[in-house]
Amino acid sequence: MLQFILRRLFQGVLVVFGVSATVFVVTRLAGDPVSLMLPLSATEAQRIAFAQQIGLDQPIAAQFMRFLGDIVTLDFGNSLWQRRPAIDVVFERLPNTMLLIAAGLGSAVILSIPLGAIAALRPGGLVDRLTMSIGLLGLAMPQFWIGLIAILIFAVQLKWLPTSGMGTVAHIVLPALTLSLTPLARFTMMVRAAMIDELNKQYVKTARAKGLGLPRILRVHTLRNILVPFLSISGWELISTLSGYTVVVETVFAWPGLGLTAVQAIQRGDLFLMQAIVFVIAILIVIIGIVLDILSKAVDPRIELN
Amino acid sequence: MATSSTHVPSAAAASGLRGAIAELWQDKAAAVGLVIILLLILMAVFAPLIAPYDPAAQAITARLKPPVWMARGTWDHLLGTDNLGRDVLSRIIWGARATLTIGAVTCLLAATLGTLVGLWAGFAGGRTDTLLMRIVDIQVSFPGIFLILLVVAMLGPGIWTLVAVLSMTNWMVYARLIRGIVSSTRQTPYVEAAELIGCKPGRVIFRHILPNLVSPLLTLAILEFTNIVLAEAAVSFLGFGVQPPATSWGLDVASGRDYLFIAWWLVTFPGLTIVATVLSINLFANWLRVTADPEERERRFARAEAAKRRRRTRGANA
Amino acid sequence: MNSFLLQINNLEVNFDTRAGTVQALRGVSLSIAPGETLAIVGESGSGKSVTAQAIMGLIDVPGRISGGDILWEGQPLTAAKVGARHILGKEVTMVFQNPMTSLNPLMTVGAQISEVIELHLGFSRQAARKRAVELLSLVGISGPERRLNQYPHELSGGMRQRVMIAMGIACEPKLLIADEPTTALDVTIQAQILELLAELRETIGLAIILITHDLGIVAGLCDRVAVMYAGQIVETGSVYDIFESPSHPYTQGLIRSTPQLDVKDERLVSISGTPPGLLDPPSGCAFLPRCPAGDGGCDKPQSLKAFGAGAVACCKAGIDAWKEAV
Repeated sequence: MLQFILRRLFQGVLVVFGVSATVFVVTRLAGDPVSLMLPLSATEAQRIAFAQQIGLDQPIAAQFMRFLGDIVTLDFGNSLWQRRPAIDVVFERLPNTMLLIAAGLGSAVILSIPLGAIAALRPGGLVDRLTMSIGLLGLAMPQFWIGLIAILIFAVQLKWLPTSGMGTVAHIVLPALTLSLTPLARFTMMVRAAMIDELNKQYVKTARAKGLGLPRILRVHTLRNILVPFLSISGWELISTLSGYTVVVETVFAWPGLGLTAVQAIQRGDLFLMQAIVFVIAILIVIIGIVLDILSKAVDPRIELN
Repeated sequence: MATSSTHVPSAAAASGLRGAIAELWQDKAAAVGLVIILLLILMAVFAPLIAPYDPAAQAITARLKPPVWMARGTWDHLLGTDNLGRDVLSRIIWGARATLTIGAVTCLLAATLGTLVGLWAGFAGGRTDTLLMRIVDIQVSFPGIFLILLVVAMLGPGIWTLVAVLSMTNWMVYARLIRGIVSSTRQTPYVEAAELIGCKPGRVIFRHILPNLVSPLLTLAILEFTNIVLAEAAVSFLGFGVQPPATSWGLDVASGRDYLFIAWWLVTFPGLTIVATVLSINLFANWLRVTADPEERERRFARAEAAKRRRRTRGANA
Repeated sequence: MNSFLLQINNLEVNFDTRAGTVQALRGVSLSIAPGETLAIVGESGSGKSVTAQAIMGLIDVPGRISGGDILWEGQPLTAAKVGARHILGKEVTMVFQNPMTSLNPLMTVGAQISEVIELHLGFSRQAARKRAVELLSLVGISGPERRLNQYPHELSGGMRQRVMIAMGIACEPKLLIADEPTTALDVTIQAQILELLAELRETIGLAIILITHDLGIVAGLCDRVAVMYAGQIVETGSVYDIFESPSHPYTQGLIRSTPQLDVKDERLVSISGTPPGLLDPPSGCAFLPRCPAGDGGCDKPQSLKAFGAGAVACCKAGIDAWKEAV
């Protein structure tokens, strides 16, 4: 187990190194950070001073080493926009994103298992067709659009909920709902398909021949068997939510999390803050991956950790 | 254009095109999906002929006109106009071009790159395989949209930046799929037999392995296409994708967002178009997947029969 | 009539496929008395497994029971009825062909055995586990306490089949259906499993329906044999009668295509051709195209009629059909 964690951590280091190399190439070689970060009105002297300050006058190799060193010490420099260490901004905003993800993905996980299971019991039945339609729609709707339509209906027309911002419990309802719809659709369809698959397996025939009722077979026998694929798909969904969906949803609802901060950082040419966000997310993804593998092993004793 | 290949159901071709169409017709949702896909392609190809207005033409006198069925709507602008007096319908028609082109080119690039890497890893095996798949693993763990935003910020937004970035972040699925199939088919007796009797590697690849790749690759590409459409829309919505004066559905939703309270149609219609596009492709791809799987195909048939019988007995009882 | 444990009358099972309706069972009737061992033999696709699944209520889409009935001690046995649940899995149990896939891979052996005891006998978890240990040693598994906490993938195929049998006899059933219980196992293990079944039959007075295509197994274990062909039973009789004087040309062919050690210089019969497709089965004798004794008179429907001590569905019953062929 320890060996497995160490190996996965090493792999995680590789990921972070890969991200570093990519970011370095994109920001230092392909683009010009000076003109991105300084206003158009900056004088030539200011530009040179700034380039020196961030080490652009050094050889490429030295620049890259310094870049890596900064990452290891989590020192991403000061945010131009907030005028304080970028990493502080990230850690201040991260909990907001986590809260949103917990509410959105959490409700998707809780709802999808019973929905998918009921649909699988009677493929082609009413519940099945209903959940499939909702699922297909959920997968087809872009999240920014879901968010805007939700605002249009629940905030503008019905005036039930606030349009944006953060503060009360009511504020989280619409963004969480928006965030949950796509994962809910994906989870439900996955649970349904996996359940149908499992119900066709021989061990289910054995269970039925034992006289077990379908509800018990679903709860005790098949649920355990779909848990591993469910864990891995919800892990992926967590990763793609963390590294993507939140940007859109937070922007639509002005939810002060990492996603919104990233968009604001880019609009302000705040490269250092942007880099800090990219690296913190990359590290989180690595950690989630390791946790998922350990959880899968706990559910399925046949899985070898390697 | 590459998207036109989406309406070739490779698996059904075996039982004849006519049979395939008849079977498709049984599944009304998939049939409607295919029709919408074909319409979208026609819309994109003939946009200049179909669109009633230049999508960028502003008309100060006709600003924020609602759709035709609303009180102030006019037949001049079926789906209304935006804050600059641009025709919403025309913009949607032209938007199909941007979306489908970006989707098709990206899919093609990503699939090509992924297939090449997958083939290489699958055939080379050993260390090369491990190394290539490790690169895939690493890239899969990259923080998606954040990285895209960073790249776009550095290189400047635009259609081709978007295509390049989306291709570079989406090739990995293909590599994994292809590598998986290649390394498992290489161990099947018929490929081992072909290698034993001295078939050259090229012949083994083209005659024995590639045919196994076509159907899963096509299915994956169709599904990935919808992901690209959604990703393009999202990035354009955030303002880092397609730039004005060019049009894109995501961009239109973004510009309509400021008028959400007074002009609901600006956000609604481009969004609905995205939904219709992705939904149609998914419905059709789903049908294609079931049709390509003989066991699923039988089950679908039996379920339809069982439903018919239930209806009949219910009718008899009534 | 009620002296039978299980009675099947005119059972029909159809499968709806894209190519048409496959008639898997075409009027199957059979019965089994308490403590009796009945073999159902036939080649693959003859309907032996479908018969077993129909009894256990395991026929799923695309299949459906389209006619006939199944009686348990005189009462209809329908899986849909709640009452049936206390018969299925308790009084009638089933052991499947492939022990590799028949157990839930993610539940311990102990949990899977206790489950059925808790359900049908209302035992507490503790008591059920104790009973599971007894059962495991009864079916010849060593170190049963340790095995309880193992997962199926940690056991060999023969072990898993023993676990299946332990599960099958957990509630002291009256009837055990064994669907090719040894086909997936090594020859040495096969013998052990059959021996175990024979032993259990004696110790707990179990009736057994043994489904197999292997006539060698039948001779050693069973009292009575039903031979199936193309979804119908073509001959039934005592094991002795069937082996000594088979009456149906198909049964004769089956027996004479099996090598026997004690008969020297015996020429083996091979039945040419293949069984008819069940999509559109012939209205007359299904064996006619392959039958050496068949003629124009075999074109009419054949039904099971008393013949000698058993019953045969053949208008030429009793003639030595393969005389010429040998």
